[in-house]
Amino acid sequence: MTNSSVPVTTGNVRPHPTQNEALLFEISTPGKHAYKLPPLDVPAVDAASLLGATHRSQSAQLPELSEIEIVRHFTRLSTWNYAIDLGMYPLGSCTMKYNPRVNELVARIEGLAEAHPYRPDSLAQGILEVIDLLQRCLIEITGMDAITLQPAAGAHGEFTGILLVRAWHESQGNPRKKILIPDSAHGTNPASAAICGYTVETLKSNAEGGIDLDALTRQVDEDTAALMLTNPSTIGVFESQIAKIAEILHAKGALLYMDGANMNALVGKARPGDFGVDVMHLNLHKTFSTPHGGGGPGSGPVACKAFLEPFLPTPVLVQDQDGAKHWNYNRPQSVGRVRAFYGNVGMFIRALAYILANGPDGLRQTTEDAVLNANYIRKKLEDVYDLPYKTASMHEVVFSDKRQAALGVKTGEIAKRLIDYGFHPYTVSFPMIVHGALMIEPTESESLEELDQFIAAMRAIAKEVEETPELVKAAPHSTRVSKLDEVTAARKPILRWAPAVRPNAR
Amino acid sequence: MSYPANYRYTREHEWIEVTGSIGVIGITDYAQASLGDIVYVDAPKVGDTVTANVTFGSVESVKAVSDLFSPVTGTVTAVNEELKDAPDQINEKPHEAWIIKVALADPGQLNSLLDAAAYEAFIAEES
Amino acid sequence: MRYLPKSPAEREKMLAEIGAASIDDLFAVIPAEDRMNRDLDVPRAHAESEIIDYFRAAGRKNATNYASFLGAGCYRHYRPVIIDSLIQRGEFLTSYTPYQAEITQGTLQAIFEFQTMIAELTGMDVANASMYDGSTGAAEAVMMAVRVTGRHKAVVAATVHPEYREVLVTYTKHQGLPETLVSYDRETGRIDLSSLEAAVTEETAAVLVQSPNFFGVIEDIPAIAEIVHAKGALLIVSIAEAVSLGVVRPPVEADIVSMEAQSFGVALSYGGPFCGVIAAKEKYVRQMPGRLVGQTVDGNGNRGFVLTLSTREQHIRREKATSNICTNQALVALMATIFLSVYGKEGIRELAEHNLAKANYAAQTLSAQPGAKLRFTGAPSFHEFVLQTEEAPAQWTQRLLDNKIVGGIDLSRWYPELQNCTLWCATEVITRKNIDAAADVLAATPAEA
Repeated sequence: MTNSSVPVTTGNVRPHPTQNEALLFEISTPGKHAYKLPPLDVPAVDAASLLGATHRSQSAQLPELSEIEIVRHFTRLSTWNYAIDLGMYPLGSCTMKYNPRVNELVARIEGLAEAHPYRPDSLAQGILEVIDLLQRCLIEITGMDAITLQPAAGAHGEFTGILLVRAWHESQGNPRKKILIPDSAHGTNPASAAICGYTVETLKSNAEGGIDLDALTRQVDEDTAALMLTNPSTIGVFESQIAKIAEILHAKGALLYMDGANMNALVGKARPGDFGVDVMHLNLHKTFSTPHGGGGPGSGPVACKAFLEPFLPTPVLVQDQDGAKHWNYNRPQSVGRVRAFYGNVGMFIRALAYILANGPDGLRQTTEDAVLNANYIRKKLEDVYDLPYKTASMHEVVFSDKRQAALGVKTGEIAKRLIDYGFHPYTVSFPMIVHGALMIEPTESESLEELDQFIAAMRAIAKEVEETPELVKAAPHSTRVSKLDEVTAARKPILRWAPAVRPNAR
Repeated sequence: MSYPANYRYTREHEWIEVTGSIGVIGITDYAQASLGDIVYVDAPKVGDTVTANVTFGSVESVKAVSDLFSPVTGTVTAVNEELKDAPDQINEKPHEAWIIKVALADPGQLNSLLDAAAYEAFIAEES
Repeated sequence: MRYLPKSPAEREKMLAEIGAASIDDLFAVIPAEDRMNRDLDVPRAHAESEIIDYFRAAGRKNATNYASFLGAGCYRHYRPVIIDSLIQRGEFLTSYTPYQAEITQGTLQAIFEFQTMIAELTGMDVANASMYDGSTGAAEAVMMAVRVTGRHKAVVAATVHPEYREVLVTYTKHQGLPETLVSYDRETGRIDLSSLEAAVTEETAAVLVQSPNFFGVIEDIPAIAEIVHAKGALLIVSIAEAVSLGVVRPPVEADIVSMEAQSFGVALSYGGPFCGVIAAKEKYVRQMPGRLVGQTVDGNGNRGFVLTLSTREQHIRREKATSNICTNQALVALMATIFLSVYGKEGIRELAEHNLAKANYAAQTLSAQPGAKLRFTGAPSFHEFVLQTEEAPAQWTQRLLDNKIVGGIDLSRWYPELQNCTLWCATEVITRKNIDAAADVLAATPAEA
């Protein structure tokens, strides 16, 4: 891909059936169906008389289609999506790595996929062993002492982690009042702290985009419950003063929470438990390869040091003398449950399969390749895009649109132009401490060929900004739909399809 | 766009036009330009109290939310219902599309607000 | 390592171009005392065949040849084959959150279809793009009601799933939100309406009930709504068994519905991932948590879909967001959408009727055994029921297991007043033979006076 101009498609794909698939409800016709239930082997019942006033007299207006129409519908829709299987996602702090297919196979093994969470422990030893092995691996990887796999996602993990912080402080006699959060933090950090009843105090980053130790020393007091830190930071830089940061906090009785979103830079190379972190969350859908699936499911385990173990969500997995495992619900100091059952077990299976596929060498090599890739991109683009922070990058690099903005083109527009080159945009305008950010995390899954193509595209766009900026500003030009009107979508939201004539609701 | 001479302004980019003891409040052209297309206004109800320098609502664009800070203390006497269906009026005529009307508790507070010239100097510095 | 697309030579080449002597240079930024100086102590790298062997062995230990009467918030239904065929397409499986709408119209249109179907089924105006599960959805619904009403108390039915109630406590304990628990009618198993009336006040933000409730009994939603709305509180109906909506009237009087959609084609998977969803009346949409997909047009007037009303969410509002939720259950919601397409308008009703028939037969057959009876009577139920036996469940549970049957779950674990009571669920996958076999085992139990 060396040619910098990409032809503009003006809608010549529109008449095509694959490109114009309507909504299910619009292709529905009464009388079509895709299901067949086996004959009842018990007496049929008259639902209306059995349920009386609670009977549903009017069926929901669900579509009526045959199987092939459903298959075509969703297959066609799928062709409108970009995906990791198609190409690189340079999204910062998302860690869009390869989602191994063997993970999908093992997650569907009948004994594991069909297990009801309340089945007797004697019939669940297989899955309990899987959970136990994953827990032990993640504890080893993080350098912590204990773990819960209950939280369903990273934000859920943050909430759980801060609950642990609060429970510990309460056990010490004073829950304290505030959580310190760097201005570079992901939005889920303050949102999670607020649910736990803490106020959020912002910590300004220093000139290198890291924690300002003087500011930290000033702001940490007896009202501070914890600092929520992402390490490496959201600008991809390792907080080299992390041990000192932990010291400052611990001296005032405050705790260090680490947002583990960027663990892809650390696995096998450094362990948060070794550098002073008290509690942290992991994102299995980032570092541990479980698929994003269009927005979820994820899984956000929370690992902690021994002093926080008594407060972990209930239940915890324990082992009897004879090696059998079971759930222990007798946890008087527990913060309670953060969700029903035990967590997103399907994602545990996938994450463990990933760990088993890699082994210690693979995990370390993965981290090294992730950091190598990001630094390669940095080297190859730093002459055309402004680097606001000169500190060493780990697994992601953050540029700013300073040079391009001076010519009237902003990061959001460059990102949309990248689509025309066959890539998903990088993270735009985050973190907030960088004006006009371009946050790029290639992950270890990108080959040298793919990286070179990405670099060529970014360089070509930089040239376009100078020579044909309008082309960039009006991008993307090659997508099935052109830029969508988000303003009207927010002013007059249409959040569902509606039938032309509404039957009386009941 | 010029800033009406008889209005007063805050550093958070609200304007207030006072007639008698009633103040009409909106946001400035500078504010609407920074926000972009406005999609929603979160306003208080008639009868609510507003306090000088304290947030009384917010204005949303697609990608951002901006708090509204009251220039004065008082009681809300009217809310511009047109903004529910047409928040874009703020983009089109920011100095006419008012958000709330307030019965002033203390007209003296107007003295601590910026006049048009001072506000224009302020935003020139910000840019 | 086979997931890493680099040859050693390429790594060398890249290092040279960066100007680093070795990969260690790139990690020098981590202070030496913070770096690991040993390998991770995790199992060695496995070949793909070994990985599969490992998990197959685990699956065998879990045993698959048992008939199960377990329900209690997690339901075994037949999963049409095309669900996995379609969601395993890489374009769905490995796609990211649809922030870049132009290249994710597939996900966005599918979510719009999901939102529509959920609204249709629940009788609400709008539905979101999913929550983690039914338990966190219920907690978030209560917090939503607090935002809407400005009030700070909640009333919760004791017949809401016990684990959902635990989650609610965890979510609200630092938000100054006291809760009152309302008990159930000892005869019918429904929430006690006079206790409810006494509990709801002008300070109540939300009343949370579940229907069908934890005992399988369908609540009288119109009567509950009257009590709740008379005091200006919001009614939240939590639905743990989504298939019930095929034959049970939707809770149209509710202000918010929080549903667990796991029954719509999502595997049990030992408790997760599942698919929560929140639906509500239109006027509350700006207080709804979670993502919302809206319909719009592109520059050429073509219909398209985008994430909308994003200013509610954490990436914009941060600590003032309606929720901290970011990642949701998108792929699982897609499973539900496909499931609902397969069954469709007629199928979901027929499926629900089959469930009703199986449970009816099971309830009649099991309660006909000596020493057994249905604990609750006088109100309709869907596909779960509470069986009371003269003998303690511990006595016959093992006998059932010996016959490869997992019986109903012992309720005294959560409701100490319900001694010798077990909760049984019969879905369309339970066979008459399973039911008759369970009845035989119960009948063989000596019914000591």
